[in-house]
Amino acid sequence: MTNDDIEFAQNRLELISFRIGEQEYCVDIMAVREIRGWAAATPLPQSPPYVRGVINLRGAVLPIIDLANRLGFGVTEPDARHVIIVVRIGGRVVGLLVDAVSEILTTTADAIQPTPDVACDAVKRFVKGILAVEGRMISWIVLDQILPDQSLEEAA
Amino acid sequence: MSMRILTVDDSRMMREMLLMALKGAGFDVVQAEDGEHGLEVLAEHGADVIITDINMPKLDGFGFIERVRGVEAHRATPILVLSTESDAAKKARARDAGATGWIVKPFDAARLVEAIRRVSA
Amino acid sequence: MDPMDAIKVTFFQECDEQLGELEAGLMALEEGTGDRETVNAVFRAVHSVKGGAGAFGFEDLVKFSHTFETVLDLMRSDKLAIEPDVLHVMLRASDVLADLVHAARDGGTVDQDRCAALMEELEHLALGDSAAPAPAPVAAVTSAPASPDAEPEPDEWGFVPLRISIDDVPLLDEPAAPASDEEIWKVTFTPRPALYAKGSDATILLRELAILGECDVAVDDSLVPSLDAMDVNASYLSWTCFLNSDKDEAAIREIFEFVEGDCDLIVERIVVSTPAPITAPMPVIEPIAPPPVAIVAPAPTAKPTAAPPRAAPAASKAAPAAAASGDGEGKAAANATIRVDLERVDRLIDLVGELVINQAMLAQRVAETGVVRSSNVAMGLDELEQLTRELQDSVMAIRAQPVKSVFQRMPRLVREIATATNKQVRLVMDGEGTEVDKTVIERLSDPITHMLRNAVDHGLETTQERIDAGKAAEGTIRLAALHRSGRIVIEVSDDGRGINRERVKAKAIEKGLIAADLNMTDEEIDNIIFLPGFSTASAISDISGRGVGMDVVKRSIQALGGRISINSNPGKGSTFTLSLPLTLAVLDGMVVSAAEQTLIAPLTTIIETLQPKPGEVRRLGPNRTVIAVRDAFVPLVDVGVALGFRKESAQPDSGVVLLVESEGGGRAALLVDDIQGQRQVVIKSLEANYQRVEGVAAATILGDGRVALILDVDGLIAQRVSETRAETQLAKAG
Repeated sequence: MTNDDIEFAQNRLELISFRIGEQEYCVDIMAVREIRGWAAATPLPQSPPYVRGVINLRGAVLPIIDLANRLGFGVTEPDARHVIIVVRIGGRVVGLLVDAVSEILTTTADAIQPTPDVACDAVKRFVKGILAVEGRMISWIVLDQILPDQSLEEAA
Repeated sequence: MSMRILTVDDSRMMREMLLMALKGAGFDVVQAEDGEHGLEVLAEHGADVIITDINMPKLDGFGFIERVRGVEAHRATPILVLSTESDAAKKARARDAGATGWIVKPFDAARLVEAIRRVSA
Repeated sequence: MDPMDAIKVTFFQECDEQLGELEAGLMALEEGTGDRETVNAVFRAVHSVKGGAGAFGFEDLVKFSHTFETVLDLMRSDKLAIEPDVLHVMLRASDVLADLVHAARDGGTVDQDRCAALMEELEHLALGDSAAPAPAPVAAVTSAPASPDAEPEPDEWGFVPLRISIDDVPLLDEPAAPASDEEIWKVTFTPRPALYAKGSDATILLRELAILGECDVAVDDSLVPSLDAMDVNASYLSWTCFLNSDKDEAAIREIFEFVEGDCDLIVERIVVSTPAPITAPMPVIEPIAPPPVAIVAPAPTAKPTAAPPRAAPAASKAAPAAAASGDGEGKAAANATIRVDLERVDRLIDLVGELVINQAMLAQRVAETGVVRSSNVAMGLDELEQLTRELQDSVMAIRAQPVKSVFQRMPRLVREIATATNKQVRLVMDGEGTEVDKTVIERLSDPITHMLRNAVDHGLETTQERIDAGKAAEGTIRLAALHRSGRIVIEVSDDGRGINRERVKAKAIEKGLIAADLNMTDEEIDNIIFLPGFSTASAISDISGRGVGMDVVKRSIQALGGRISINSNPGKGSTFTLSLPLTLAVLDGMVVSAAEQTLIAPLTTIIETLQPKPGEVRRLGPNRTVIAVRDAFVPLVDVGVALGFRKESAQPDSGVVLLVESEGGGRAALLVDDIQGQRQVVIKSLEANYQRVEGVAAATILGDGRVALILDVDGLIAQRVSETRAETQLAKAG
């Protein structure tokens, strides 16, 4: 590996992009464990609507988050075409329900623009930055706040 | 054929430490957790150098050394005592039992290895 | 993990074992059941802690354990009597030692005053029976590793105590402090054949000599005969060493102490005008050729190249052999145990859990094809199920551990509470060898701690009260573990005052926990102490309180599928009985459905199942229902509604009722739509990837691969009870 490669590697970001409705989003590929088709989830009592329930992934029980609803869209009515992106958030493994996975993007950290101030609170909370790729706008989602905040939920 | 070291110590930590230090130096290591066990391991695997603790259950280091010296094949096998103690009377006892040397714990790996090479040269 | 970190982990594990041994041994001695070997074992425990602590440079720990060891050594050599006062100090010293170990492990601090006080008491003991002051090694051993800058004291074998430093270059080559260059030592050393015969090595002695200072060595090989005339058992070499050191003659002679009689040694002081011969210190020694069987080496000279290291690069070859023979823990033949990484066992248990699920899935699919039960396929599946079960039981047994690890922490706890409450307490333990799955062991500690605190603090009377009541001044608390019908039972009993039922009942009425006119059995009154809101500020002292009431203890135990109850005998004492499943990995459950969801109810909570008839279910207020079970009315909880799966309660007479036992010994009825059957399920945590969910204890995976929730029966009822209470309060306020 040459010095140039090392420089490049440090700065390089690989992202998986996916669709929710007409909009495009992406997450860091390092967080993604696998992508699988939709399977019915077992609903959990007393959960916010964006928590679709739990599924069995090779013996582990993981929650499914309806990402559209989490971002402030309506509740998704999932069918066989929907996709679950299995991601690792901290020590937890979580499934994200999205419409479809688009592609793997390679970019650099410099290419990511800050989220505009006009965005609503839900968007600002989860969107870390905006990526412009061939005229498309892709929002980069941070995952660390995707799960319900237990302390807040309990207080409510 | 690398040299085989028998370490006899009731502390698992000490055994692990010795194992790491000695294996790292390229020795073949066999271990025992008390004097009696040490004699069994010695009979089964043999050893070129023996490193033993003093305070151990069942058969302590002094007894162990005496018993080793009673074995024809190990009359001159170097035996190093590895102990936290440095009491002169105990050293004398170890010497009388037939020990070759006394090393005070905690040991320094490099020096231990050197000591082994020296006594076994 | 860094190998040293791994060893450190081992060290602390071992420390915990040693501390347990120490305490157990001291207590055995206190009870008079110990013998000489007990004293030895106790000594070894402290000794072992000291040894490891020295290796990692835990100075406080070394210092304290050294003093402790010194006292134990006196006891070992009959210079200190084994009597209660002495043992009492030692027990408290063992507590301090435990604190020091934990501080070293977790990086915390210890109570310095307490530590110093105990240290003083130990030193006092050391001085007590013998006129001599605390043995000299105290200073030598503790000071050497304490300050790396100070020149370490070599012992007579010349090995300088060092902290372990695998990576660092040893102090070996650091020049010693310069000494006077006016006078130096001349040491003439001539080994006799006996020296070599005993396995000693002249070289190593010379090397040790060199550590005392700058040393120049010359070998006299004039006596070495020609090769064919050489006797392999003879000794031909002698050495003359010029040593520049501020050490005295005794220090030099000490090096040769071990070979005294097997060599000729002359030590003399000579004057040199220039330090020239001392300029090249260590390397001079290094190359001295090997001793008796010098046949292979060419005639030794004073400065050859370094002796060839033996077998240095054979690490890879040596490793498997060592792993096979030496690495293995314990004596495979003697006690037939192997040490296995816990992760591997956990993985195995997970896999077997998967197998159980898969087997169930397969059975379900085969059944769906309509195969008859007597067919070969169905019979083969039955056998598979049987084998899977057995496999699972066997695998679970691997992870079973005796409760000793939890029990052995308790004597100290009881001692501390006894001291804090100024009571005299004797703790008797029984059944420490009772085995239970490690998942359960981890959860036993808190409830046992709490029950013991409660027993000493509330259960036992003050010493004066006991004497007045004609009881022994010393109260007895018994902690026992046993297996009973597939569960582990922990009992904590005291011979104290028992529950004052009048007072408990009055307090419960005062707090609005029970109705004033309620007729209660003694047992029901006793169990009031488990009601939420019963433990209050007045009941919570520093000791048993810590802000946690018995209700919380009960909740946490019930969350694990356990039960706790109390049985009291006024004036004679109380017994807390705690029972838990033997494992938290699997659970026997009843598979039910409610609001189109498949759910599991732990079988242990269910008393019976009922098919409600019309008229047995009555409304109570706007949105509460009760069901008549024989002649009692039991609150009815619609599980589908309670979990929020449906808004409207189902028609009770179309469903099935699970009669369950609730908090305080009372009963409740859970209404579900249907019962599908009973089966053992593998418990999966919801918290691992998500979080705790009210009303749900855990999850499992069914035969069809879908997740089913395991009901937290007591949680569901508690939830309803608190809702009812809130409503009642609202009604009162309104």
